[in-house]
Formats: sequence, C-alpha cells, structure tokens
Amino acid sequence: MKKLSLAQLYDFFAAVAKNQALYCPVNNETGKAEYKKWSEGVTLSDQLNTLRSAKDFFFPQTENLMEFKMAGKKIDVIDTREECEDFVIFGVRACDAASFDILDRVYLTDPVDSYYKNRREHGTVITLACSRPAETCFCGTFGIDAADPKGDITVWALEDGYAFRANTAKGEALMATCANLFEETDDQAVTAEQEKTREILAKLPLANLSTEGVGQGLTKELFDRPEWAALSEACLGCGTCTFVCPTCQCYDIRDFDTGHGIQRFRCWDSCMYSDFTKMAHGNPRVSQLERFRQRFMHKLVYFPDNNDGIFGCVGCGRCLARCPISMNIVKVMKTLAKGGDK
Amino acid sequence: MQELMEKRALELLADGTVDRVLGWSAGEFPYDMTPAVFTSAQELKNNFVYNDFCGANLSKYLVKESRKGGKILVFLKPCDTYSFNQLIAEHRVIRENVYVIGIECYGKADVDKLKAMGLEGITGIQIKNGEYTVETVYGNKTVKAADAMAERCLACKSKKHVVYDELIGEDGEVVEDCNRFDMVEKLEAMTPEERFAFWRGELSRCIRCNACRNVCPACTCEQCVFDNPGSGIAQKAAVNSFEENMFHIIRAFHVAGRCTDCGECSSVCPQHIPLHLLNRKFIKDMNEFYGDYQAGEDPEKKPPLGTYTLGDREA
Amino acid sequence: MEETLIPYAGVVTEITGQTPDVKTFRVEAPSGGKLFEHEPGQCAMLSVPGISEAMISITSSPTNKAFMEFSVKKCGCLTDWLHSMEEGQMITVRGPYGRPFPVDTELKGKNLLFIAGGIGLAPLRSVINYVRDNRADYGHVDIVYGSRSKEDLVYYKEIVEEWMTAEDFTVHLTIDREQENWSGHVGFVPNYVKELGFKPENTCVLLCGPPIMIKFTLPGLIELGFDKTQIFTTMELRMKCGIGKCGRCNIGNKYVCKDGPVFRFDQLDELPDEY
Repeated sequence: MKKLSLAQLYDFFAAVAKNQALYCPVNNETGKAEYKKWSEGVTLSDQLNTLRSAKDFFFPQTENLMEFKMAGKKIDVIDTREECEDFVIFGVRACDAASFDILDRVYLTDPVDSYYKNRREHGTVITLACSRPAETCFCGTFGIDAADPKGDITVWALEDGYAFRANTAKGEALMATCANLFEETDDQAVTAEQEKTREILAKLPLANLSTEGVGQGLTKELFDRPEWAALSEACLGCGTCTFVCPTCQCYDIRDFDTGHGIQRFRCWDSCMYSDFTKMAHGNPRVSQLERFRQRFMHKLVYFPDNNDGIFGCVGCGRCLARCPISMNIVKVMKTLAKGGDK
Repeated sequence: MQELMEKRALELLADGTVDRVLGWSAGEFPYDMTPAVFTSAQELKNNFVYNDFCGANLSKYLVKESRKGGKILVFLKPCDTYSFNQLIAEHRVIRENVYVIGIECYGKADVDKLKAMGLEGITGIQIKNGEYTVETVYGNKTVKAADAMAERCLACKSKKHVVYDELIGEDGEVVEDCNRFDMVEKLEAMTPEERFAFWRGELSRCIRCNACRNVCPACTCEQCVFDNPGSGIAQKAAVNSFEENMFHIIRAFHVAGRCTDCGECSSVCPQHIPLHLLNRKFIKDMNEFYGDYQAGEDPEKKPPLGTYTLGDREA
Repeated sequence: MEETLIPYAGVVTEITGQTPDVKTFRVEAPSGGKLFEHEPGQCAMLSVPGISEAMISITSSPTNKAFMEFSVKKCGCLTDWLHSMEEGQMITVRGPYGRPFPVDTELKGKNLLFIAGGIGLAPLRSVINYVRDNRADYGHVDIVYGSRSKEDLVYYKEIVEEWMTAEDFTVHLTIDREQENWSGHVGFVPNYVKELGFKPENTCVLLCGPPIMIKFTLPGLIELGFDKTQIFTTMELRMKCGIGKCGRCNIGNKYVCKDGPVFRFDQLDELPDEY
C-alpha cells in the first residue's frame, strides 16, 4: 500500500498526464460529473458517480469501423483501424469497474472484437473506493464491494490523503513511473475507511435486495409472468436506461455517405427501441412489453445462463436515477421475486 | 391530497363511471413514483400515491388508454390539461373515454435539486408546511420546498385547468408574469456566435436516448421520421455533431405551434439539456408574429401555423 | 489483427433470375475462387456499402470450390439494390456465420427428407448438393418442395435436370393452385407431406420455409411418427453483427446468428416463443 498527501493528488495527475491522456470525473456546466481529459487546473469531481458510465472509454457511443471507396463497379474496403494510444481513467467506481468484466465477456470472447480489445489493452483503470454511497446503490447485490473496487490500481480517499494499491502489472508499471511521489503505508487507515463505508452500505434502502427469483435457468418460469404487463405499462420506449447503463452492449452498424466514400460506423442501440428487431417481414417483439421484458430477461436470466451465473447488472443505480418514469431493474427484481401466480 | 384523490377514484370505480384509473404508483424511494393504471380498489389502496414528486404529465398515455375501450379516470395538473386539450384538438385522444379530474398544483419537486444540495442516501422525505425534511443515511436536513422546485414549475404559466370533469382543490389563474421567456431573451441578446456556441455546448451532451421525444405529448406520430429506415435520416447516433443538433431542431420545428410548454422534455433529459428553450423561442416568436397564442388553451381555436390571414407577416 | 466485421470485396460474376422476385448471385474473389470456405447451412453478411448489410444463407455447397452463391428475394433496401445490379459489380461479404446442419454427425448415414417452401429451399440447396457430392455417406433422399406457382419454384432447372436424376433421390414438387402447363401435384406442402406419408425410421428431416408452412408441417410430421429430435430447421431474425454481440437476434439465451441459424425442433422448444 502506498500513499499520497491530499495536495499531491494533482502532482500524480500531472505526472501521469505527461505520458498519456488522463481522464477523470469533472463537474460539467450543469453541475453533474462526466469524464473529461485532465489538464493542469481541472478539478476532480466530488460527486459519487458520473452521469454516463465509464463504458464509453472502451465501447464509445459511436465509432468508425471501416471505410469503403466506391468507383464504378469496384469497391475498396479500407481498414481504418489504428493502434490506440495509452490512456488512464481515474476515479472509476467499483460498479463501473465490474462492468468491464461483463463487457469483456461479450467483446473478448471469440470472435474477439478488435476495436474493443485495442482500447482495453491500452487503458489503465484506476478505481476509487466509495465513501458516500447513495440510496440508488445496490452493487452489493451482485457481490461487488464498493469499499474494495477492482481495476489496475485501487485508490481510497482518506482524511489526510490517498491510499494506492496496484492490483495488476499494468497498475504497478504506472505507479512506478511516479514512484517518487508515494510513500509506504500500512493498511490500517484503509481498513478503517472500508469499515465505515460498509456500515453505510448496510444501512442503504437497497442493502438487502436479493437476486432470489431471478438468474440462470429461469427463462421458462419468468418469461410468461403476467407482471411484465404492468411493469412495462408506463415505459416510454426511450433508450435512457440503456445508454446510461454500464453493461448494456447492444449496437447497430450503419453506413454514412461522406461524399468521398462510405463510412461504416457502429453506435449504441437499445432493445427498448421499436425498430431494434424489425425486419422486412415483421417484428418478433411487437409491443413495448416484449422489448421491456427482453432488456431485463437479458440482464437477469439470459446473460447469467451464458456466463456462469454472473448477472448483467452491477447495481450502479443510474437507471434508477435517470428513467423518466422511474421504472427500473430493482422494481422488476422485487416484483419477480414475489413469486407470481404459481 | 392523496387521500382525496384516492377516495374519489374509489367512488368513481365503484359506481362504474370509470373502469380504470391513471395515476402514480409507489416506488422504492419517497420520490420515484411510476405512472400506472389501476383497475381495482385493492390496487389503488395498495399502491396509489400522490405527492410533490408526482410530476409526470400523464396526458400522453391517454393516446393509447383512451382507445382501449371503457372509460379511464386521469388526474391532471393544470399544465397537463393544456397537453390534454392539444391532444383532443389533434384527435389523438378520445375525449368521451376519459374522465378528467383536475388537481390543484403549486409546483412539483425535482429530486435532483435535493441531491445537488448534497442530500444523498435518501431514506425518507417528510412533506409539511412548504418544507421537506429529508432523511438520509448521513443525517436529516430540512429544506424549503421552493428551493427544490422543478425548473419548469418556477416559470409556471398557468395554475388554471383548461379542461376537467371535476376538480379536487382550487382552480387557479393564468400566471401572466411567469417570466418564462427570460432565458430566451438572454439568448436573443447574444451574438449569433455566442448563441451557436451555447447550443453546441448544450446539445453536445445529447446521447440520443429519445427520452425527450418519447415523453413529449406533441410527439405522437405512429412512426417518427427518425425511426423510419426509409427516411434516410434514421440514424441512431450522429455521425457528426451537426446531425445531432438537427435532431433537436427538427423536432422543435415539428412541435412548433403545438407544444404547450409542459417542460417534460427538459425534465426527463438524462443529460440536463434545456430543450424547452428551443420550444419557448418558437412560442415567443409566434406570439410576436401572430398575436398571443397558447397551444392547448382552447381546442377549438385555430393554431397560428395552421391558419393564413392577410395580416400574416409573410402575406 | 483479424476483424470479422471488416468484409471482403467480392465480384458478382453471374446473376440468374430464379423467379419473378428471386435472383441467384454468384460471388467470387476479385482474383478468382471463393472468398472463404463454409459448411452447409451457414450464412454470410452481404452488403452494398451505403445501402445496408444483411444476413443471407449461402446456397451453394461447400463442395463447390469455384464460387459461392446466394439466392435473394426482393423485399427490402439491400435486396432491391441487389436485384437492380449488373454482373461485374462488387459487393462485400463477410462470414461464414452460424452453426451448419450437422452433416458430419447427426445426419450422416441417415435417410434425408428435405421439406421446403418458396425461398426456403435456398439454405437446403447447400445441403442437397453436398449430399449429392458425398452420396455414399447418406441414405435415400426425398425432397418435398412447394411454391405458389411453377414460376415461383426456385432452381427449377437444377431440380429437374440434376436432382431428379440423381442416384436414390426422389423429388416431389407441388404448387398452391392449378395452372396451365403444370401436370404435377397441386396443394400446400403440409398436406402433401402427410399424403406422401414418410417413415420416421433412420430418417432426419430438414424443414425450411415460411413460418406458416413450418407451423402446419411440424404437427403432420409428428403425426407420421417423427420425433422433434429428428427435425432441423433454420431461423431468420434481424442481425447486424453476425457474431452474437450486437444483441439483435437474441431469443432467450441463444443468438440466432451464432447458436443458429440451424436448430433442432426440440432445441426450439427450450426457447421462449419470441420469433
């Protein structure tokens, strides 16, 4: 365990930013936190979490995949991929750090998504343990410890400074580049801070939210539950939950005519959208009920089915805070857990 | 208020006047109520909630609900009645299938404002005498309700219900000095470059979730041009930021003259983009060009963009 | 590093009209030969950049070493474009995607009953020609194929000239309504299958066609004594990536692009009814 004084945090930032791009949560013009590139004078946000998740770093909302040059009957396929430059993200919370494992399970399984992999390999994740979790937090439900997040380096904000623990070779290498800033410390202060956080976590309203009633192998039990109708009734069919979600990974591939050729790009898509599964001859998900059910079945049953029981949710609470009509995964889980009409 | 509303809903359900009730259902927290349709007395008793955090405009749900057969009771705040009237004018809602109870409103709360005061870990909110006592895992704090009032309510244009079958509480008056165009005037006073920079900054945060469109009572097209693959502009995300801006500007044009200024667009925006300012600019311009007009005020009144007179600016 | 989303450019060297709304496109690498190898039943993403991209089954047999073929029905943006295209035009192709028919395992040594309606013969044609080229590995072959009219039967020439004359092959054609110059069977596929009364012993069924045909053929087969584990079909849902990541063709915990498109009917029973 290493330590920085409070004043030295920005020295650390400066040392990192000298070699590579450093991103951290910064309050924007609306007072909400979003990841921005750090430079001298930029202040780290004091908020619990960013409005948008950290998935943007590895799975951006839009990205160009390739280009085509069209001339007469001829098509040239142009591979526009470039090696990504190294970058560091500071201040990732435990939930978002856990979301990377979920995204990895999608994008790094065969056939590997080279666009994602490129960024993942060049990104170093520095997590920041939570000290003031909010009522919308429920990462504990999915076995995530907000007081001990993963990542290449874990940082704890203490009263008199910051404790740093490198978790991976990548993290150690980064800390080694500014070793002169750090002094050795024992675990005591961190342990005390963790205990404090865990006490708060236990008092939060969703502390006892359980995954009972959802999970692997329950497609048959849950798919036709009558409660889906009432749960989805008020859903606007917008993509807010999907787009603020750190684990939602569905995408669309589209072409754009630049006037000089065709740019094929990928962008986030949402299973909540009416045209997501629309085909020339019909749509298997005809109403919002089916689309709504798909999103939650995917996170709570299908994903665990294919991933050793791991849920496709990290309990970050963004959808709870942002859904225009306040419908969310917690309400779905609690409703399904009630046992239905069996 | 909640007791009165629930009591009346139970009566109207019991005497067969309506067979469904559109209101709000209780959430996990004191502030996250979801619009819901109740079909039985039991459901109402278990889950019906109404408080300062029930800000959602329920009128758009009636496009579908009024076509399901039977009669539905809806609770509408003054501003919601304008949206309702506009939907009637556009033949989107079947009036005779809806029983409207107007409910008095003195402004709704925005929980984000409470959170911005550092109130996190909220476990309870006691509402009393214009004050909120917010209970959190970090301690309790009492704040003035006015300090947590939603932005749109701070510039409330009317406390008068323009349509209802019955009222609970008092009917108010149109608020003449609501100052809702203050920010529009500030934008108008900017140089084109400043104004362009302002909007590019705001709209750059857009994540194209479509919440503004999907919640908008004026956006009731069966298929939106942005969802139609045949339209050529159905991009889910912008290739460049210019396109992103176009989405909002086209939408503002499309609802011009029909937007009642209910403020739902800005209120649901996860990125806090002040989209209502685009609509207010149109409203202000139309007032100036064609005389004062409030969409939804009177469904019989011809909209300025739907009529032509020799006195029009273009004439 | 390899990236399956980046397609190959291929040349459409021959376009054959099959029916009023189906054309078959022969695709070769610009330098000649095939763009990639595949197995019977697999698909590829075809695209005209700037128009769109769509998953189409590879109708040629993998035993064809010279080119790949795709039969496309005109029904949307991309397919309209393909239908208006001239020979020599390039398109892009990526793949192969999906799980093939189990020609080397479950189907091997069995009598095969192919049942197809309309354009549904396209994915089965790959298997049929594969079987012809590996004749010793399979038992008797029956093909029941129906369409709206004689003109709507795809691969008519190939059926008559090559399949009907193939060793131990029996082809049963049918059309929906009587028409001039048709002396063959008239009637819908599901009824025809029952009339023909196939025996389930040591037989596998490959069934592909419009949903309504599948819906009525399946119970008929069950009546004849077939078990769902003997019947295979291919599915079609909207796809974008082809590799189980974009989330579109998700049915329950399966992705049609990656876990299908070939499914056995007992496997489909495990999935929620959302296709």
